[in-house]
Amino acid sequence: MTANLIGIAIIDIVFFTLLVLTAIAILRQRNLFAVAMLSGVFSLLSAGLFVTLDAMDVAFTEAAVGAGISTVLMLGTLALTSRDEAKRPRSALLPLFVCLVAGAALVYGTLDMPPFGAVDNPIQTHVAPEYIARTPTDIGIPNVVAAVLASYRGFDTLGEVVVVFAALVAVLLMLGTSGRRTNGKNGKEE
Amino acid sequence: MAMFLAITAALFVAIVLVLVRLFAGPTLYDRVLAVNTFGTLTVLVLSALGFVTERPDFLDIAMLYALVNFVGTIAILKFFRYRSFGRIRPEPEER
Repeated sequence: MTANLIGIAIIDIVFFTLLVLTAIAILRQRNLFAVAMLSGVFSLLSAGLFVTLDAMDVAFTEAAVGAGISTVLMLGTLALTSRDEAKRPRSALLPLFVCLVAGAALVYGTLDMPPFGAVDNPIQTHVAPEYIARTPTDIGIPNVVAAVLASYRGFDTLGEVVVVFAALVAVLLMLGTSGRRTNGKNGKEE
Repeated sequence: MAMFLAITAALFVAIVLVLVRLFAGPTLYDRVLAVNTFGTLTVLVLSALGFVTERPDFLDIAMLYALVNFVGTIAILKFFRYRSFGRIRPEPEER
């Protein structure tokens, strides 16, 4: 079992290394099409990390939204804009400094967090045992996460669905007019 | 179990090779092919990981990745065909 844990830790480290390499490649790349490809790979890598952290639902969302839909949306946006990133006239030193300070503050904030996966963490002792105990009698389905999302927090999920739907309609309205014109042109050519 | 860890390590080596092609790739086709291969390798890594950790529900998410990968590649290639950047088929009036 410990050999397994070491193996999974090594896999995590490899995933994080590849993630950092991909992020640096995204920063250095000037061709926006290649950046769209690289960000799709970035999403797939982070989804793999979520899987190794046992967060199945987050990994599902990341794979579907990050690697699938947002790559397609970025390609649709690329059809409306130029292919290469514009040269930045100003120096990037101040933004780099702000990013470093903010990142250091976030890392400092995580020092107070309870250890990852410990049994007596607040998240394991507060409401989670009640959900686990009551789901079989209240809802009657085996997946506790689905029961919490769809039943105990049903109105919350309904609000999220409304927000996501509104965002989708807005994006389609923004990209849609040009797409229809292009489709019509291609339809005539075919 | 050691066998599955060895498989995962070999797959990671393949992933690094694909990433090299993705970062360096001179043409856009190299990059599209690299992204598609990367998705396939991710599916394989997740399947192997599912057997390392003895949790078969990894296979579900591996199948979802395969589907997303397929749809994404189709979308990218369709983008190439119909709204090209000028390399494949120049469009005189692109607004």
